[in-house]
Amino acid sequence: MSLAKSPWIIHVNCNSCNGCDIEVVACLTPLYDAERFGVLNIGTPKQADIMVVTGSINYKNVNVLKNIYNQIPDPKVVLAVGACASTGGIFHNCYNVIGGVDQVIPVDAYVPGCCPRPEAILDGVVAALSILENKKKGNIKGKEVPLKGKEVPSNA
Amino acid sequence: MVAMNDVLLAVLVLIGAPIIGCLASGIDRKITARLQGRVGPPLLQPYYDVKKLLSKDNMIVNGSQNFYVVVYLIFIVLSLLMLVFKADMLMIIFVYTVASVALIVGGMSTGSPYARAGSSREIMAILSYEPVLILYALAIYLLTGTFKLSAVVEASSPILIYTPLIFIAMIVVLNIKLKKSPFDYSTSHHAHQELVKGMLTEYSGPGLATVEIAHFYEYVFLTGLIFLFWASTPIIGVLLGIIAFLLVIVVDNITARVYWQWMLKLSWTFLLVISLVNIAYLYVSGVKVV
Repeated sequence: MSLAKSPWIIHVNCNSCNGCDIEVVACLTPLYDAERFGVLNIGTPKQADIMVVTGSINYKNVNVLKNIYNQIPDPKVVLAVGACASTGGIFHNCYNVIGGVDQVIPVDAYVPGCCPRPEAILDGVVAALSILENKKKGNIKGKEVPLKGKEVPSNA
Repeated sequence: MVAMNDVLLAVLVLIGAPIIGCLASGIDRKITARLQGRVGPPLLQPYYDVKKLLSKDNMIVNGSQNFYVVVYLIFIVLSLLMLVFKADMLMIIFVYTVASVALIVGGMSTGSPYARAGSSREIMAILSYEPVLILYALAIYLLTGTFKLSAVVEASSPILIYTPLIFIAMIVVLNIKLKKSPFDYSTSHHAHQELVKGMLTEYSGPGLATVEIAHFYEYVFLTGLIFLFWASTPIIGVLLGIIAFLLVIVVDNITARVYWQWMLKLSWTFLLVISLVNIAYLYVSGVKVV
């Protein structure tokens, strides 16, 4: 129960258009007040439990995302917020875009929408909490994702 | 028999202080939320946080960083125990400084640029509050003829009557030491855009939990220093400590973070001068509380 009562979030902006980011920040405002669930927006991945990713993954930011993911101590949960983070959104199949977050790191919960409402994001966080608890109980560790070189594949 | 009582008191402090500190931290977060028009986390949220952090993986940069945190905790507890057992005021200040320095060394040892920035700012904080603390100890010496705190507790009248200016300076020191706004630049919840987590950037899981527990002790220790101003009547002393703590929380919410240069200027001009004026008055008038 201890994990579900104080989930600390790290917000990672992967090339997002800022629409989802504004909605994520809106969750912390007095109207929605995510802190009443113990949610804190924390700056460093080493202290985070839930990784909230917005935006699609491209060849420029993929290593940054992997690096941040690897630095979060277990148990950890990844929450993909927005259409871009879930599937690539309108940037799907762009020459520089790899796709959704799940192409690179394991995603536990998706919050679709462009952009999702703050209520939906809070719902996603609450859904992630039970996954977090299950991971703690089952002692499920996140695998370390190896960093790639900067090369862009020829078919991209 | 006396030794038995001392052991009981020590155990009571070791168990009771973190509970009080945890509640104080929870009240702090609740009041902050209310002042911002939010509902706020439950009162026991700091306890849930610590419990969660203890159950997380421990991710360390080097083998020694958690050692420094343990040193920090031990010396905070030691200074609190010395305060409770009415030891030497100067010695308490020195032991307390060792605790602060341990945390700084821990932050520096990780090598992260954010931790380094936070640690060097904390050094500036020590530079600005330490003279005031020493002058506080000096005032106690001038008033009672000894650095022993037992003389303050057994005094017939409170020392606040003769040290009002040092009391004002100590409120600011409380603000600096609790790392509250406007002096929350070494490590802060609100500074993660530019400072990530300052001094504590590289701490995770149990290491960070140890820091939090040490903070609980520190809350009690620092309000204990305020309590000493009216130690002759413990009830009023406790009230004084609580009022000072609430004042710091309110100031935390109505001020913005300042440059460390501003704090250094404030403390080395205003705080130091009013403290010295107070000391000069005590020295010239030669008043004693016995």
